[in-house]
Amino acid sequence: MDAAQILLVVMWVGLTLYALLGGADFGGGVWDLLAGREHQNRKLIEHAIGPVWEANHVWLIFVLVVLWTGFPPVFAAIMSTLYIPLTLAALGIIFRGSAFVFRKASTEWWQQRLFGASFAISSVLTPFFLGTVAGAIASGRVPPGLAAGNLLSSWVNPTSMYGGVLAVGVCAYLAAVYLCDDAVRAGLDPAGFRRRAIGTGIVVGVVALAGIAVLRLDAPALFAGLTHRALPAVVASAAMGIASLGLLLARAYLLVRVTAILAVTAVMWGWPLAQYPVMLPPAFTYRQAAAGPEVLVVTLIVLGVGALLVLPAIAWLLAIQRRLPYDSG
Amino acid sequence: MMSAAVVSAAMASDAVMSDAVMSPLALAAGPASPADMLAARLQMGLSLGWHIILACLGVGMPGLLLFVEWRAVRTGDADLMLLARRWAKAIGVLFAVGAVSGTILSFEMGLLWPGLMDVYGQVIGVPFAMEGVAFFIEAIFLGIYLYAWDRLSPRTHLLSGVPIAIAGVSSAFFVVAANAWMNQPRGFDLENGRVTRVDPWAAMFNPATPPQTIHMIVAAFMVAAFATAGVYAVALLRGHRDRYHRLGFLIPFTLGAVLSPIQIVVGDYAAKFLAEYQPAKLAAAEGLFLTRSHAPLSLGGIAYGDALHYAVEIPSGLSMLVGFSPATVVKGLDLVPPRDRAPVNPVHLGFDTMVGIGFFLLLLSAWLALTWWRRRDLPRSPWFLRLAAVAGVAAVVAVEAGWIVTEVGRQPWIAYGRMRTVEAVNPAPGLWIGFLIVALVYVVLTVATVYVLRRMTRTAPVRPFAPQERD
Repeated sequence: MDAAQILLVVMWVGLTLYALLGGADFGGGVWDLLAGREHQNRKLIEHAIGPVWEANHVWLIFVLVVLWTGFPPVFAAIMSTLYIPLTLAALGIIFRGSAFVFRKASTEWWQQRLFGASFAISSVLTPFFLGTVAGAIASGRVPPGLAAGNLLSSWVNPTSMYGGVLAVGVCAYLAAVYLCDDAVRAGLDPAGFRRRAIGTGIVVGVVALAGIAVLRLDAPALFAGLTHRALPAVVASAAMGIASLGLLLARAYLLVRVTAILAVTAVMWGWPLAQYPVMLPPAFTYRQAAAGPEVLVVTLIVLGVGALLVLPAIAWLLAIQRRLPYDSG
Repeated sequence: MMSAAVVSAAMASDAVMSDAVMSPLALAAGPASPADMLAARLQMGLSLGWHIILACLGVGMPGLLLFVEWRAVRTGDADLMLLARRWAKAIGVLFAVGAVSGTILSFEMGLLWPGLMDVYGQVIGVPFAMEGVAFFIEAIFLGIYLYAWDRLSPRTHLLSGVPIAIAGVSSAFFVVAANAWMNQPRGFDLENGRVTRVDPWAAMFNPATPPQTIHMIVAAFMVAAFATAGVYAVALLRGHRDRYHRLGFLIPFTLGAVLSPIQIVVGDYAAKFLAEYQPAKLAAAEGLFLTRSHAPLSLGGIAYGDALHYAVEIPSGLSMLVGFSPATVVKGLDLVPPRDRAPVNPVHLGFDTMVGIGFFLLLLSAWLALTWWRRRDLPRSPWFLRLAAVAGVAAVVAVEAGWIVTEVGRQPWIAYGRMRTVEAVNPAPGLWIGFLIVALVYVVLTVATVYVLRRMTRTAPVRPFAPQERD
């Protein structure tokens, strides 16, 4: 493997972690939106994501920086053509984060309602727009060059809508799965989130399968990749999804976290596996996009040293978060 | 005030935009229209000008907080522990808002300036990658620090805050080093419009890095210090004259007072750097149109028709500052063709505003130092506290003004001498719609942030001290 390939893998690991960690925080917002009068659920969600969401969010910045450093023409092409959905996602990120802390810091009911609603709605919209971006790239609608693609149809198309819906679904599914165990440790009844996890699991599974038909019509190259080279990842994802359903039925809440994570990871890796070595389909490869070798090597060294600093710290944070006493008041 | 300055800055730069072709109705992406170019600059100016305040507080406040917590743990002082608890709560809100407003900037690097990132993204990527690591450390340890206060021993808790302070200062260094690169692009060769032979270290440690990073980091601590002290100055003026509020004022104000004279020296160093490396920017900042010896130091005034009018002039002042001698020849704007000049008015007035506030803060600090030396107390005049309250806002205004000097003063270049801003902008049509939406969001965000923070200061428990009883 050369430096560009390693950096590509590192970037995708970052994106996977963003989906698994940051995605679940968005999913928490989705369930906050749908919690209705079950304010107990809102408290549990706040308890679960409060200490970690900022750290989880940094994975997105990590991906952006690695992309513009390692593969600058790809970054420029994606950001300029997909200017609209990415601006909307950025605004969603502002609302999600600030409204979350504002709600925590405010005392009056109407303020908590207002900030809570902003937090919850932006938690749905942000992953949706990020999903449309993924669909736009995967279906080959982002050509290299500055704003070279169509500003609207690049992300308003079947594959992008599929990507958006799938992203929201995956976030909600992960959050529901994680919250089952959180509820148990908080001394609450996990039945509500178990029901939600099973329901979303089935819905996301059906959507994912139906989506394959969408891809066949709208993104045939991606479809071919997913049904050939990336087929093991697709099969693994389906298998892990079914296993997760079984574990949820069996109330094995800790183990189901593992299988749900593996299911989502398999989906995340199926995409690049299907289109490698192309970064911007149909033909722009990572080799054409890669930065100079000096940059790639220095970036890898920086990230390696960074990982030595960051990963133990994350482990400590997650350990503390798990042990934090739940304040039901 | 800030956005007014940004607007005037961008309006004044229409010379830059006349390079662009007018194509408002173009469906496919062509060169950006003047309206879109203006919108992109306004949007970047707004989001950066907004974030820089949060960033300064994020860099400076953890240090103050840790100092107070350290003293509280060492002495068992209840007032200090209450200060630490309350500052930590404020930092929790400020950091979250700063984290998301900073994220938007990394989006906007590509959304608004893809031309820059396409060519030079890899050259300036390494300091940003380092900043990403520092941001991770900040976010992780802030989560631990805020949420595990009662779960860790006082000593461990204090130590868990140290990485936040170190990472905050490091972040400032890395980001400003990347910005310094835009002033002094180094570390690459150009072949057919693509960079080759990139040296990330030469790019990061370019000649502008030392003056800019030192100036900005000192400024960040001054903003945090004077802004925090300003909150307690208001409380003292309102009659809350107890020890808690006096400490809340004195500790940060002392830091600001110590840094004020240092910043004057650093600022002078930064200006001398400009005289050597970016004379056109210094000429714009000083409103000097003609290269000459015995160059006067011009305060205020308005530039039009290739001259500065109505300014107060100190004879030979600028020559003395640049070269310690009236005979020093200072380069004027006439050295560069008109199309390569920055708009003089915002840069010159921004520069005067920054320097003026710097001296105001210095004098205010000297006032406190004098009365403290003579009778170990605050000045008796209520005007001291009034001015100290103003100083909190003034320090923020100074940072905004200085940032206008460095950003607008670099125009028409996005990478000085290498790439024009107009070459970097996203050619997608309709950027101005995006700007209007983003502006609206920032208005809402500003109102909400100020409202929540004001609520937090108002709900100040005077006594008894509930929070630290658990310690």
